Amino acid sequence: MGMTITEKILASHSGRDEVRPGELINARVDLALANDITAPLAIEAFRAMGAERVFDSARVALVPDHFAPARDIAAAQNCAMMREFAREQGLENYFEVGRVGIEHVLLPEEGLVLPGDLVVGADSHTCTYGALGAFSTGMGSTDLAMAMALGEVWLRVPESMLLEYEGEPGPWICGKDLILHTIGAIGVDGARYRAMEFRGPAIDSLSVEGRLTMANMAVEAGAKNGIFHVDEKTRAWLERRARREYQIYQSDPDAEYVERLRFDVGGLEPLVAMPHLPSNVRPASELGDVAVDQVVIGSCTNGWLEDMETAAGILEGREVHPHVRCIVFPGTPRIKREMIRRGWMDVFLAAGAVVSTPTCGPCLGGHMGVIAAGERALSTTNRNFVGRMGHKEGEVFLAGPAVAAATAVTGRITDPREVMGG
Amino acid sequence: MTGAVLEGNAWRYGRDVDTDVIIPARYLTATDERELGAHCLEDLDPDFSTKVMEGDIIVAEENFGSGSSREHAPLAIKGCGVSCVIASSFARIFYRNAINVGLPILECPEAVEGTRTGDRLRVDLENGTIENLSTGNAYRAQPFPPFMREIIAAGGLVGYVRRRLGAG
Repeated sequence: MGMTITEKILASHSGRDEVRPGELINARVDLALANDITAPLAIEAFRAMGAERVFDSARVALVPDHFAPARDIAAAQNCAMMREFAREQGLENYFEVGRVGIEHVLLPEEGLVLPGDLVVGADSHTCTYGALGAFSTGMGSTDLAMAMALGEVWLRVPESMLLEYEGEPGPWICGKDLILHTIGAIGVDGARYRAMEFRGPAIDSLSVEGRLTMANMAVEAGAKNGIFHVDEKTRAWLERRARREYQIYQSDPDAEYVERLRFDVGGLEPLVAMPHLPSNVRPASELGDVAVDQVVIGSCTNGWLEDMETAAGILEGREVHPHVRCIVFPGTPRIKREMIRRGWMDVFLAAGAVVSTPTCGPCLGGHMGVIAAGERALSTTNRNFVGRMGHKEGEVFLAGPAVAAATAVTGRITDPREVMGG
Repeated sequence: MTGAVLEGNAWRYGRDVDTDVIIPARYLTATDERELGAHCLEDLDPDFSTKVMEGDIIVAEENFGSGSSREHAPLAIKGCGVSCVIASSFARIFYRNAINVGLPILECPEAVEGTRTGDRLRVDLENGTIENLSTGNAYRAQPFPPFMREIIAAGGLVGYVRRRLGAG
């Protein structure tokens, strides 16, 4: 009986010829990562475990991206604890402010996650790397401490579900629309404990960055991981980044799936997830007059160069509505420099947007754009739970960068076709 | 976490209670259980942390603990004195985190169905039985797989790894 990509990666990392869903395995880890919120607890647990050295100083990444540059003294203490640990352990992949980006954009960009890898991170959006054909999943700090100490974690082999996408989506449809459409269809626990394997012609024609956006939100359907096949696009994307060999796994034709779903995305319209769940999805054009106070463009979901290009394309020669605060936060310093080189920084600034340093800040109501009671934000991030971006009486709507930029211009949630025609 | 019999009043919530409402991100610079516990469920039920009594039990529907990987969520629940969480189902990262930090959790949709806020519950973690003393009904939760019981018996994942490292 055949295996899925997920099962093959888990088998290869647990010294077995095959694994089956439901089995509990100890798996070898290629990369373990934590951020400034989760690392302090992980470091405490690491010490409490009696561990002295990390299993491999090249395979532990610490990324101060959430509340850094430090938003207050408590955050500064946490960042300091992380920095000291990184120095003590001689970690090769600690990224200081100035070089740091949003972890799930930064690590793929640095070539640190590659096809066939098994990556665990103390951050739920670690599932992003599945877009590159890696098995990656989020865990808590104590699990991460075990990974840092032993270079392994325990995992339950997930059942895989196959999601196939057909049809040719329209011009403003991006990975965000495909994943919102999916979560809208299956619900926020529709893939609970499962591997989501994304496939089909509409996936083949999607950019690698669009796939990263989709894999990023697999956790929003409750999945353990999301995964994509490696194709020519993936290989080309990795060519400039990979600094070591990698292994490509493909699902066998007779691999077993617990569920198979097909989506025709040919007629898909730009989508929005309304408060307070990512599954509460409607076409932007059907929302009516929903005024917003803040538009946020960026994050580990949509902080890629392609997302910046989409937003800049809409904002060029236009202005952010006077009642709107438009906050752009690219994923990494490299992306920000490229934005300057391509003239998009000027587009954003001329339009009246603010371009932040790469940080997770606004996405989780941390800093750099927290919303007040009664305020409404349209954001390209991944969660719209109660209180997610600030006051619990605030509201968050999720969408892709095209809807976000169009909304920034009109001041109400807007289908990009209304602003751009077509 | 095994061997104990817990008794407390139930606090009944709906589905998809996410980690952002269990402990909002604005408090995530803290790591102390008690400090986190003072803000537990604040955005869902503002007075929860002041009304909850030591030993009380959270009872919720499907997908409890969805969202972020923050271990601060089970720590906040422990820190406000809650002895155990019973849910119809748990989001996977929360499930791991609860076991790892020693917060007892039980999956039992029938018990959730049959419980209201204020009901008195008695939970035997050894055999997974849940008695609703207010209604007189009894339920049995899904048992943990043996491997997870090993982690629980070691006092959580820290104890488990300590043994593996031979540190005591």
